[in-house]
Order: sequence, then C-alpha cells, then structure tokens
Amino acid sequence: MHESIWGKFVRFYLPLAVFIIFLLFPFYWMVNTSFKPMKELYNLKLNPFYVHNPTLDNIRVLFFETIFLRWMYNTFFVAILSTAVSLGTSLLAAYAIQRLKFKTSGPTGLAIFFGYLIPPTILFIPLATIIFKLKLWDSLWSLVLTYPTFLIPFCTWLLMGYFKSIPKEMEECAMIDGASRLRVFWSIIIPLSLPGIFSAGIFAFTLSWNEFLYALSFISTTESKTVPIGLVTELVRGDVYHWGPLMTGALLASLPVALVYSFFVEHYVAGLTGALKE
Amino acid sequence: MAKVVMENLSKHFGEVKAVKDFDLEIPDKEFVVLVGPSGCGKTTTLRMVAGLEDITAGNIYIDDKVVNHLPPKDRDIAMVFQNYALYPHMTVYQNMAFGLTLRKFPKDEIDQRVREAAEILNIGELLQRKPKALSGGQRQRVAVGRAIVRKPKVFLFDEPLSNLDAKLRVQMRVELKKLHERLQTTIIYVTHDQVEAMTMGDRIVVMKDGLKQQVGAPLELYFHPANKFVAGFIGSPAMNFVEGELHSEKGGIFFQSAGFKLRIPEDKAARLKNYPEKRVIFGIRPEDLPEAPCTVPGETFDVVVEVMEPLGSEVFLDVKAGDQSLIARADPNTKAKPHVKLCLQPTMENMQFFDIRDEKALL
Repeated sequence: MHESIWGKFVRFYLPLAVFIIFLLFPFYWMVNTSFKPMKELYNLKLNPFYVHNPTLDNIRVLFFETIFLRWMYNTFFVAILSTAVSLGTSLLAAYAIQRLKFKTSGPTGLAIFFGYLIPPTILFIPLATIIFKLKLWDSLWSLVLTYPTFLIPFCTWLLMGYFKSIPKEMEECAMIDGASRLRVFWSIIIPLSLPGIFSAGIFAFTLSWNEFLYALSFISTTESKTVPIGLVTELVRGDVYHWGPLMTGALLASLPVALVYSFFVEHYVAGLTGALKE
Repeated sequence: MAKVVMENLSKHFGEVKAVKDFDLEIPDKEFVVLVGPSGCGKTTTLRMVAGLEDITAGNIYIDDKVVNHLPPKDRDIAMVFQNYALYPHMTVYQNMAFGLTLRKFPKDEIDQRVREAAEILNIGELLQRKPKALSGGQRQRVAVGRAIVRKPKVFLFDEPLSNLDAKLRVQMRVELKKLHERLQTTIIYVTHDQVEAMTMGDRIVVMKDGLKQQVGAPLELYFHPANKFVAGFIGSPAMNFVEGELHSEKGGIFFQSAGFKLRIPEDKAARLKNYPEKRVIFGIRPEDLPEAPCTVPGETFDVVVEVMEPLGSEVFLDVKAGDQSLIARADPNTKAKPHVKLCLQPTMENMQFFDIRDEKALL
C-alpha cells in the first residue's frame, strides 16, 4: 500500500516535529536567556521569545566574575575518574555474578539492585561521617569515592543483562581453545560487550556530571565546587537570581553530555537493548 | 590419536541425575556417536569429557591418563558446538588461529595450518570475512576448521548439524565422514538424529534417562536391539509394536493379538521357552511387512489401508489390523488403495519379542 505524502506528514512528521520542539525548547530558552541583558529579562512588556538587544555580558560575568572553567575542570575530573572506577568494578562484578555461578550469585545480584534503590538523600548522612573520618572533607576525592556508590549498582545491573546475551558456548569454546578465565574475559567478553560498556559509561558519566546532593554536602570551598553546585551557590546571591550567567553556565555544562550522547548514540541504543548481533 | 575411557561416570544436577554409571571405552581413531532423545544425558556426557562440566562420580581417561580435574584447555581436545560459537568480532582467519595463538605457535606455522584447514573445508576465500557475513553452512565449516587446526587428540561434536537445512545436513554428513577418514582422529559425536548416528558412526551408543541402553555397530543395533527403546529409536519409520499373548497350539507356538494371529518359527519359539509370562510385545519393522496373497491364517493377516505416504522410491502404508495401527513399507507400484483391504505377510525371521515388564529383547 502506498502512503500519501499527507498521510505520512500527519502520522510521522507532525508528531516528530512536536516531539523535537518539546525536547529542544529548554535549550532554546537557555540560549535565548544567555544573550539577553538583565533589563530585558525583567521587562514583561517585551516578547520573551526573542532577544531585542543581544549582549555578551552574561558570558563575561560567567567567565571573569566566577571561576567557571575551574568548576568545569573539577566536574570533568570527578566524572571521568568515578566513571572509570565504577566501570572497572562493575565489569568484574557483573561477570562474576552472571557467569561464575557461585552459590549466592542470584541474591548478590538482587542485593546490588536494591542498593541502587536506596535514595542518596538517606545515604549522604552516613557517607558524610565516613568522608569526614577519611579526612576527605572538601576534597574532590570525596566525590570520586562516593559517586561509585550509586554508579556501580547501576552499571553492574546493566552489564549483567548484557553479558547474559553473550552465548556461553563462545566462552566454553575459547576455554577449550586454550584461554584462561581472564583471557576469555579480555579477548571475548570485553570486545563483545563494547556497546554495553559504552552505555554504562555514558550513563555513569552523565549521572556524575549532574550529581548535586553529595557535591553540595561534601564540598564548601569555591575552588573545589563542581558546575551544578558552583552555578547555583555563586550565581544566586541572596535572593537575587543572575539568570543570564546561570543559563549560560547551564548551557555550556550540558554541551559535553550532549556531545557524548550524539557520538555514541548507536552503541548506546544497542547497549540498552542488549542485542548482540553475530 | 587417543583412546578415551569413561568409567562409572555420573553427573547429578542437584536432585536430577543426568548421567548414571556410564561406562564406555572408545579405541583410538573410532567415530562414536552418542544418540538419544533430548534430556537423555548425551550432551552432559560430552561436556564432561570436554571438562566443561564437573564429574559427580567416576573417571575419564584420555590416553590412559585420568583427566577428571584437568581444565578443558589441558585435555588436548577440540569441540564443535551446535550454534557454532564463532567469535563474532574476529575474522574467519582469526577465529581459526585463536587457539594456536593462545598456545604460542610461531606465526608461519599458524598461517600454514589455517590455510591447510581452509583448503580442506573449501573456505579459503572466506578467511577475511566476519562470521555475520557467512551462511549457516559456511559457519559450520569454520567451526569445524577451528577445531581441526589444533590437531587435537579427540574431536567432540555437539549436534553440529542440527542448525542446518535438510539438504545441507546430508552433504555435511558425508563431508564429516570423509574428514574423519582423512584425519584419523578419535571423534565423539552427539546427536538426537538416528539417521546421523546410523550413517556416520563406527559405533553407536544409545542413551535414555541418563542410562546407556546399548552400544554397537549401526546394523547390530538395527537388527539386534537390546530392548524396545532401542528398537523403536533406531530406524525410520519406527518399528511397529503390538502387545499380545503367546499360545501353544498344535502346529507350534502362536502370537495372538487383538488384530491378528501369527505362527512363530520354530527356532525362535525355542528361545521363548523359558519366558514365564503369557503376555509379550511383538515388534516388526515396516519393511518386514510386505504385501502378500491372503493364504493360510497364521502366516498372513488382513489389514485396512488408512493413509498412503508415497515417497517415490517407496510407499508407507498406515494400516489398521483390528484396532491396531501399523506402518508397512510397500513397493511404489503397489495396488493398495486407501480404505481397501489388503494382506500382509510378516518376514518372521526379522521380528522381535520384548518382555512385557522390563521391555528387554527376548530373542
């Protein structure tokens, strides 16, 4: 059956357009606000969807009146390290639970999942005590250490599902071929799970990039703050919201995540659907 | 080149006893087929030989050396899996070279062995492809190639042909047999398909419920089954089984069932003398039920044809004797027609009797 152009428009392009507008509007709003002078922002008589007198002043404030670049660096540092630590741990944990089949492997998998369900709002109090005792208070390492508490359960869970889709015979064949367990893991499992590892990594990176509560609780020095905390604590002065620089900061901070997603989107989808194509 | 011996081999998965007291001695260069319905323990047995499954009890020897606790890689075996288990991220060449690379063979020897195997299997032009670019038959060849490059002592095949279409299966059957002749290596082959077992094996081991039922050459199993299970499992269409009673009358011993009555030849009757029961299971293969003119009762019996299955070279007749269904093989020129009466004259030299209780062969 041949579908008319109008049919396709109504059934496909129109919903797609609505969806895209819905998703991109926040970005548009951020860009829009970034280039507006303060006066225009608070003037209700002007059309809010349009910039009448574009200005770069917000960018100047962000870069020269705050240490935004330092916050970006901090966020990168924490996100990359905690993602690496979590991925490394989760790969081994997920493989062990899924394939070594020790007596408590089932309950362990479940326990890890339940661990993920404990909200950080409960966890940050005991964690704060631990961080204090380890003398990591106000140090970026406190975040590198605490982020894996929610990243590892998530990554492990995701990778377990992925490993499950790899036929066991492939490993057995490699073992007969002469590979040790570790070699099988390195030469067979890791290359075959790359999509899964990518998606776990992207997810972990995004979660640590956006994390707010732990960063707010454990860090107080301006130089050690991450972007989410830095923007909110330094650009909301008293009850004054500096919307322009805030939005510029939010926009710039969302760029790395958006880039990571758009580059790896195919791997990401394959990773989540757990599809191993021969 | 190796002899494989299994001694009182058992495997329990929790409460389930997958393999029970399995004994088998496989001489060097023999092609042994383990055959049986699914869940009979044949694959578990193979996996124990491979070292992929722990042994609950018993011993496995390869070349007189106990290998019970040896990891798979140290047993010098190669295995071909049902789903081929090719490494999808490697080319055909890398797939075949993987085992040799792990064993640190020199590069030129790896290359020589891979090319040699590729030539034997006619996959020379596929070496740089990835498995996903291959057809089922080609994947099968690569899986076999990956096994033969290592020149192992024993080959293990786990239902390697069951994922192929019927035509390809027949072709690969012949090729594997040729390969065995060429390589002269011990092969243990697992299948649920009795045709594969009959056509390929030097010897066949029939298994059921974790127990060995009978071991023997293909035709030995066909003509002298040890019990009703083997008789029914080997041969297609399966042997006809009819329950009935033995009667002594003048003129000899007769088998009487609801549908017919047959005189048992004297030599066979003599062997039934010590059988204490009256009731017995009579077995006859479809090809031993030829059409015949209706003569003396006791030699022939009449049946009604229900369905005809013409195969070209032969016709299978689904017939009813009384309320007993039987299958008979007939000549393609048969005059038989559905719903028409017909007389069959069993070739009584080839019939079987089985004990009504333990189903063991009586003759």
